[in-house]
Amino acid sequence: MTMLPARPTPKKLGLVIDLDTCVGCHACVVSCKEWNTSGYGVPLSDQDPYGADPSGAWLNRIHTFEVVPEGGELIGQEGEARVVHFPKSCLHCEDAPCVTVCPTGASYKRAEDGIVLVDEDKCIGCGLCAWSCAYGAREVDIAAGVMKKCTLCVDRIYNEKLEEIDRVPSCVRTCPAGARHFGDLGDPNSAVSKLVADRGGFDLMPEQNNKPVNKYLPPREKRALGEGARTTAVEEDTSGASGLLGWFDRALSGTPQEGKAQ
Amino acid sequence: MHPALSVIAFTTLSGAGYGLAFVLALGHGNPVFTSTKIAWVLALAMIAVGLMSSTLHLRNPQRAWRAFSQWRSSWLSREGVMAVLTFAPLTLLAAMSIFFGAFDLRLGYVGGISAALTVFCTAMIYASLRTVPQWHTAWTAAVYLLAALTSGMLIYFTLFGREAGTDSNSIWVLLSLAFLVVTWLVKFIWKRRAMRIGYGKSSMESATGLGYLGEVRLLERPHAMGNYLTDEMAFRIARKHEVKLGWIETLLSFAFPMTALFVSLMPEPSAAAALQIAATVSFLAGTFLDRWLFFATAKHAVGLYYGGEEALQPRD
Repeated sequence: MTMLPARPTPKKLGLVIDLDTCVGCHACVVSCKEWNTSGYGVPLSDQDPYGADPSGAWLNRIHTFEVVPEGGELIGQEGEARVVHFPKSCLHCEDAPCVTVCPTGASYKRAEDGIVLVDEDKCIGCGLCAWSCAYGAREVDIAAGVMKKCTLCVDRIYNEKLEEIDRVPSCVRTCPAGARHFGDLGDPNSAVSKLVADRGGFDLMPEQNNKPVNKYLPPREKRALGEGARTTAVEEDTSGASGLLGWFDRALSGTPQEGKAQ
Repeated sequence: MHPALSVIAFTTLSGAGYGLAFVLALGHGNPVFTSTKIAWVLALAMIAVGLMSSTLHLRNPQRAWRAFSQWRSSWLSREGVMAVLTFAPLTLLAAMSIFFGAFDLRLGYVGGISAALTVFCTAMIYASLRTVPQWHTAWTAAVYLLAALTSGMLIYFTLFGREAGTDSNSIWVLLSLAFLVVTWLVKFIWKRRAMRIGYGKSSMESATGLGYLGEVRLLERPHAMGNYLTDEMAFRIARKHEVKLGWIETLLSFAFPMTALFVSLMPEPSAAAALQIAATVSFLAGTFLDRWLFFATAKHAVGLYYGGEEALQPRD
């Protein structure tokens, strides 16, 4: 059914992505492809992978942006320019337009935990759901002709055959910087909800009225490069040195009598 | 957006078919005349060919029957349901004309309203998308409905309506001129809005949430090469020739048909028919080009993650 479930769903499982700590290594991108090409649904195919114009279906991609502060044209001209690595996958929106536009009922949002999934056996590959998604979270698998998207690793998070530590989405488990967090954003006392509250987590494109579940944490305030560094070396303070070290200090400073004179 | 030829062919061809069916269903054309019978066959053929071509852009068309199931939420599903339902009164009316030379106005109203609703559903598929601000307006529905109606009207009048006699000829010409003007005007309003609105309220700053730090630019795309998203939504844009193509479109769907129809009012019967048919062909070609531009120049919000305006520059 492509009607949305009654809102809010009791659980709102999703990701919190920390733009401050992401280093843009693409490990989550690769681990996502690796897990999902052999898990839920058809494999994530590549076209012309070793040729001149390679492409393929990926459920998680990292964009890299630079931010130029107001008044600057070139990097570093004004304020502190920043480079922000920006991982992007399905945001499992509460008001998901990709679900309601689906003509076949292939696209659905789970009533119990809010995960948005595609039933690939029903998908006709019309691509309208990808058109309706502002975030570019859905990509057609060209080989199978069906729509692919982030499943929040639904085949991991409830999988009791896995060790408990592995029952999180593959991208979260892999991230070496700890920039990705998984949990229930519908529960205000969950670790992810607290993290969002503490750090001022925000929605992407709130003006699109999709009510995304995934949140992004803003880069922390940054000190300017060189701020706090001493411009000239200051002589070290050795007053109070005594004993052998005091004798060395006096001898090397060329003031051997200083100690005795006092 | 990537202008899929199958979708453009579908919307213009079946649009014209529904327009022609609408004119016939409202009682125009004596059901006894052979020309009216041929007109019914042509209308149904254009609708059917259009609908079949629309399935060409599906990657798993064998499951297309499932698309009738989600009419409660999906405009695409509603369009499918309406297209099938509309066939019933239209086929019945066509059969009545072809086999019995008869017509029923009540059934005609049902068929006409169904045809209009089907075109409306098609337009709403695009008008309901928040991601493409250029499409997300009631004007899109007005453009689709008027383009379909004017196409159908011109086809009926220039190819099949002649048997009605010379008295009504000038009335049909004046009516056609009025519809050409209204259609052009509504398309003009749509285009002006489309050119101004761009990405609407969305920007690279809102897309990334980094606007509070300054101006956001794309430094690196996720992959060096293109992907499904850039092919479908950010690239292959006719921006380079947008203005020129817009002028050609105006010439084809407005300036030439207007002039040709005006001139056809002069007392030269044989040349008049040729001019009127040329006006129809020109309008249909213009509508096809307009529909191509409708897709090719549309900006999708996902382009903001691929550099915004930069993503839309032609690769040359």
